[in-house]
Amino acid sequence: MVDVMVVGAGPAGLAAAYRAAQAGLRVVVIDDNPAAGGQIWRGEEAKPTSPEAQAWFEKIRGVDIQLITGARVFQQPHPGTLLAETSEGVRELKYNSLVLATGACERFLPFPGWTLPNVMGAGGLQALVKTGLPIEGKRVVVAGSGPLLLAVAAYLRGRGADVLLIAEQASLVQLAKFAVGLVGKRSQAFSLKRQLRGVRYLSGCWVVAAHGAEKLESVTLSCGGKIACDYLACGYHLVPNVELAELLGCVVENGSVSVDQFQQTSVANVYSAGETTGIGGLELSLVEGEIAGLAIAGKHEEARSFFRVREQQRKFAKRLNRTFALREELKQLPAPETIVCRCEDVTFARLTAHRSWREAKLQTRCGMGPCQGRVCGGAVEFLFGWRAESVRPPVLPVRVESLIRSVE
Amino acid sequence: MPETVTVAVNGVSVTMPVGSMVSAAILKTGVTTFRRSATGEPRGPLCGMGRCFECRVTIDGEEHCRSCQTVCRDGMDVRTDG
Repeated sequence: MVDVMVVGAGPAGLAAAYRAAQAGLRVVVIDDNPAAGGQIWRGEEAKPTSPEAQAWFEKIRGVDIQLITGARVFQQPHPGTLLAETSEGVRELKYNSLVLATGACERFLPFPGWTLPNVMGAGGLQALVKTGLPIEGKRVVVAGSGPLLLAVAAYLRGRGADVLLIAEQASLVQLAKFAVGLVGKRSQAFSLKRQLRGVRYLSGCWVVAAHGAEKLESVTLSCGGKIACDYLACGYHLVPNVELAELLGCVVENGSVSVDQFQQTSVANVYSAGETTGIGGLELSLVEGEIAGLAIAGKHEEARSFFRVREQQRKFAKRLNRTFALREELKQLPAPETIVCRCEDVTFARLTAHRSWREAKLQTRCGMGPCQGRVCGGAVEFLFGWRAESVRPPVLPVRVESLIRSVE
Repeated sequence: MPETVTVAVNGVSVTMPVGSMVSAAILKTGVTTFRRSATGEPRGPLCGMGRCFECRVTIDGEEHCRSCQTVCRDGMDVRTDG
């Protein structure tokens, strides 16, 4: 039994763990990935490039936290206990308080050819390059929406990729309004601008089709032109990962976990911080994590001292999400034969006949494959306005031994 | 000297920096089809973070391993289903 269990070792989870451990609580952090850092700080612990990440990892090393990596939480047999599958088998984890810092995933929208190999998420390609994929000299089109596109393009370019262009679906007018509000982030913006000098940035433009036989060969853009490329890095901003929160019965509104002022969810002693509570970026994730950790440690007054920063970051997040709101035309992207559910190969035409995801699931198996709707969920939400109605254990595919263990 | 590990992808040896993922090793050998979909389409990694399950391959005889969440170990035997 530990005092605090944190699911997710990204910035929010680490900040929560740090604050709780600093107060003398016994803390365990668990993550599916082989190392801590989440997506944004992937690889930063071993080879730091960001001073902020380095500072946080130093803080973490200064307190007593147990980190369990390569473990996927798949089931809550009863409140206060979680089961996680690791390479050594199932681990039963008991806790007094829980922090869900499960982060976010890119939103993927289906378009003709999006299932071809070498069509990836923007963060997806970045993750692959960070973990060993040589990208030097490869022609890359970066497309979709959100600030991530710029960061990914700059990163890939820094690793020698030939970034042909960035296609951002948001209009120039929207982007200009946002830029005015970027005062506090000026230095970041300048440094990105320098790294991306000479790369074409097309606003109000998106990829309408990817072409190729066995893998990607070229893409067609909405603003005209067919471009030969090796990789398409395409993601439409981010969607919070809420399936574990839903499994635990936490209230989820508009796709984000609802929390009170101390980051507590609708379930007592279950907290949530970071992108899971709404897309807001690194700084908001950190401050939410700190508030959650302090609140669990009973330091509510100290937690309050972070409220002002959190409020500022939430305002920034709101503006960001408005700027990169998806345009209606993107709903026309899939052709009738375009696959929407990649696990079960369910086409757009087969889905249009249904009124809800539940009905579509029963009739077509959409969202019932290994990813359990993690990919097509964000797409059908945008295309049809459907939201998942129920989450059932296991929330991830696990080995049969693990399932047997979970009912023992 | 950078530390490296060597794995075999469909019998072809590939050397990677320590800490590399199996997904990156597969792509480095030129293989882009990690698996075939329900209707036989070629598929490769999409999300890069363990959520989409498109990068599943067989590692040391165990099927359906997510190659993007598995770190390369010396002597690993990786089989794609392309």
